[in-house]
Amino acid sequence: MDPNLNIIIAIVLGIIILVFAALAIYHKKLSIAIIAAGAVSLLASIMYLLLAAPDVAMTEAAIGSGLSVIIFFYALSKIRKHHG
Amino acid sequence: MVKKLLLLVLLAGAGLMFWLGVSDYQVKEELNPIASYYADQGLEETGAANLVTAVVVRYRGLDTLGEVTILFLTASILGFFLIKGNKKETFRDSSEILKTASRLLEPIIILAGVYVFVNGHLTPGGGFQGGAILASALILSYLANPTDGISKTLLKVTESFSGLSFVIIGVLGIVLAGGFLDSTLLPAGSIGNLISAGVIPIIYIFVGLKVGSELAGIVTNLKYAPKNESE
Amino acid sequence: MITLEYITLGTGILLMLMGIWGLVTQKNLIKIVIGFTLVDTGIHILMVSIGHIKNRTAPIIDDAVNASEAANKVVDPIPQAMVLTAIVIGLGITALMLTFVVKMAKDNNSLNVSNFKSLKW
Repeated sequence: MDPNLNIIIAIVLGIIILVFAALAIYHKKLSIAIIAAGAVSLLASIMYLLLAAPDVAMTEAAIGSGLSVIIFFYALSKIRKHHG
Repeated sequence: MVKKLLLLVLLAGAGLMFWLGVSDYQVKEELNPIASYYADQGLEETGAANLVTAVVVRYRGLDTLGEVTILFLTASILGFFLIKGNKKETFRDSSEILKTASRLLEPIIILAGVYVFVNGHLTPGGGFQGGAILASALILSYLANPTDGISKTLLKVTESFSGLSFVIIGVLGIVLAGGFLDSTLLPAGSIGNLISAGVIPIIYIFVGLKVGSELAGIVTNLKYAPKNESE
Repeated sequence: MITLEYITLGTGILLMLMGIWGLVTQKNLIKIVIGFTLVDTGIHILMVSIGHIKNRTAPIIDDAVNASEAANKVVDPIPQAMVLTAIVIGLGITALMLTFVVKMAKDNNSLNVSNFKSLKW
């Protein structure tokens, strides 16, 4: 890939990551905040591919945006079931 | 309001500190000496075509042992904290689509996970990635049948056995070969074949199985807590 | 200054700072845990982007990269090995924190951090 295309993709990814991080901190509903944090992990995994690190990209995609979101939703459902 | 302003000033100071440390960061042109040693000699000494695998298993094997220990500690602390009371939980039946689809998808996902960690020394992949994919398949089986999924005893036995085998292979390396987790225990065949790179594929198989069953145990203990049997 | 390493470095540092801000100012317990995961992700991006060298490729030896000239054509493999371990440990820490949150919420019936003042003097 020629270097200019890489730089443009990196700038766009960086801006979208920061927008999703702000959404994860400031939104009122908890479900949307958790999904935004998972989306940050997914976009970071694309950024690892741009930095020539395929092993790290695979691990971050599987763990950060797969298992982490499942853990959050399990904890949320346990709390809400207890509150009635 | 004053607190937020103070926090903003503090964060601006931290950001300035980071930026000053980074601003005379020259873009590198050459590898530093340790990395060039690993890149040059990594293939001949270990026989693994994936340099990151060679670093994780052979050159930095003690860090992998520490990480496996920390995961085991986390799983035991979680099991200790979430012992459930005597109330029996009733689960709603999951829908028909989930049950049928999970029966079709589980073998495919398990196959993909096992493929990723068996070929860890040839292509990008390895124990941790394959273990995470394997854990997803096990969690899917618990989502579809909450009371009738893969038996928990099998998960516990797999995890303990894999961890023990990993440590035994490491100690065998001290006794019979160069050092802890040395990969010249078995002969390093020709580069690029599946059976090559000494004992690295076997180590990664055990690491992958251990990480997979451990992560599945951690995640399902958060929701379907084990009963407080008196043992 | 507009090179790939500087852009990813800046993204990593900004993500870390936003995570710390969310950690300190939010009142909901689960949002505090989300702040921890954002700090983690920012640090990992920072570490991998330090090991990147311009115009070089991934550290795997196959047809594209010969064994004899590997030291001239691959990026640094050591930060990638460290970050691999760190991602898995980050997941373990998140699971432990969520266990504590579940226990605390069951005893006090609320998720607001200003209700847990029993340790203050």
